[in-house]
Amino acid sequence: MRLDWEIAKRGWRRYAAYPWATVAGAFTNTIFGFLLAYILLAVYRSRTDVGGFDAADAVTYVWLSQSMIMTVYIFSWWELAWRIRDGSITTDLLRPLNPQRYWLAFDLGRAPYHFLFRGLPPFVLGALVFELRYPSPLDALAFVLSLTLAVVVSFGFRFIYNSVAFWLLDFRGVVTLATTVVVFFSGMAIPLRFMPTALRDLCYALPFGSVIQTPVDIWLGKREGAALLGVLALQLFWAVALLAIGQLVLRRATRKVVVQGG
Amino acid sequence: MVDAVLVWRRLVGAQIRSQLQYRLSFALDAFGSFWISFIDFLVVLVIFRNVSRLNAWNVHEVAFLYALSSITFAVTDMLIGQLDQFPQKIRDGNFDILLVRPRGTLFQVIAGDFALRRIARVLQGSIVLAYALSTLTIHWTELRVLVLLVSIPSAVVIFSSIWVVGACVAFWTTDGGEFTNAFTYGGTAMAQYPFDIYATWLRRLLGFVIPLAFVCYFPALYVLGKPDPLGLPRFLEFCSPAVAVASAAVAGLVWRFAVRHYRSAGG
Repeated sequence: MRLDWEIAKRGWRRYAAYPWATVAGAFTNTIFGFLLAYILLAVYRSRTDVGGFDAADAVTYVWLSQSMIMTVYIFSWWELAWRIRDGSITTDLLRPLNPQRYWLAFDLGRAPYHFLFRGLPPFVLGALVFELRYPSPLDALAFVLSLTLAVVVSFGFRFIYNSVAFWLLDFRGVVTLATTVVVFFSGMAIPLRFMPTALRDLCYALPFGSVIQTPVDIWLGKREGAALLGVLALQLFWAVALLAIGQLVLRRATRKVVVQGG
Repeated sequence: MVDAVLVWRRLVGAQIRSQLQYRLSFALDAFGSFWISFIDFLVVLVIFRNVSRLNAWNVHEVAFLYALSSITFAVTDMLIGQLDQFPQKIRDGNFDILLVRPRGTLFQVIAGDFALRRIARVLQGSIVLAYALSTLTIHWTELRVLVLLVSIPSAVVIFSSIWVVGACVAFWTTDGGEFTNAFTYGGTAMAQYPFDIYATWLRRLLGFVIPLAFVCYFPALYVLGKPDPLGLPRFLEFCSPAVAVASAAVAGLVWRFAVRHYRSAGG
């Protein structure tokens, strides 16, 4: 536990070392927040409700999801893949610590940094310009729990697609494709509630819905009582399942690891 | 000028040959970016599943805007998109090498940055354009064809100018490269939708100060024969080439100013 804490602190510090990158990134998220908010508001000029979301829900959705992009790290994550490709992974494997546990601790240290410095500023700006919805104290608590699970689910998936580098030297295309899938099926590109019912239900059931749409639903008070426990349980299930799959993949890979020089 | 074109062709030709050496890598990469670029269009389709019009625009007209924005952005990305990695050149001191060579620094940066795999996105945009043109009823006149054809290189020049000005930020903050993303990636996203859906301040800032409205909104109004929902003067619909020339001039000046203030990080 002590060790995980130390690794997590390094995860935080790594990203805290580039303050301008953080400012610039938060600025970009803000611009995208404005664009998406106005695009969705244009939809609500002729609708009052889309899939259970009214205009205020949709705009809150936009700013929350923009704030969550970096916290759950939805875009391409390459670090593990590069370590596999350049051979550094062998040193990681020699250590008396499972690489997955190392990167998970690192990621859980990174996530709060991004939440505070990449997430909060755009959200506050959005809240100043638009009428947003805020959660009840209980929902706020559930949101924090759900967001934490979302980070683990996202990490579990990132770990798996990075492991492709054990088998494929050209992993760029795979990583890009995996990112595409998450961006669309998580509800990052457009709320899942705007999608046709069958597609929406599929996204909710797959791990991707747990990454963006579920925490936002909870914030907006769309999940109460048994339904709330249900979606949290689903998130927990995917977190554990993806970590387990990652562990299996890793075990398979280490049996055949071939290092490229180094 | 002729000389510059010849040098550019040789440099880019060499890069294309080298990028095609790793065929599987190239194919996988192109395949990935082909599909990722469909996300934005899926979003358009999902939106129009819920409404038949965004303000006065139907799905085919928005598809037309989307295609123009995507194609021109993708061409720009192919030509100079590696400028995203420009801050790295400043950080590791490699920019210094360009200063001692007998060509302009901007020319060298641009000529050294060709990424052929991005052609996949040009292809994706072209497919959507073909779809949009086949579903729209446009009363083609010679002038409309001309406006459409001229709008494409104009948009590429406008996007390029934004990219170059954005890259200049790196001369002052070595890790602020992401600022550019707001105006490049953000710019193409904005231009994919009709400008009249945005708030006035955003329209003024990103549509006119940064002239994204001239990328496809104004040319599209003319080609589609739509009255401007914003009621702006109609001559703006012909202004894209002039705006492109002006943007390029501004970008060139900013670049010059930035290079003059460049202090090497050593290395």
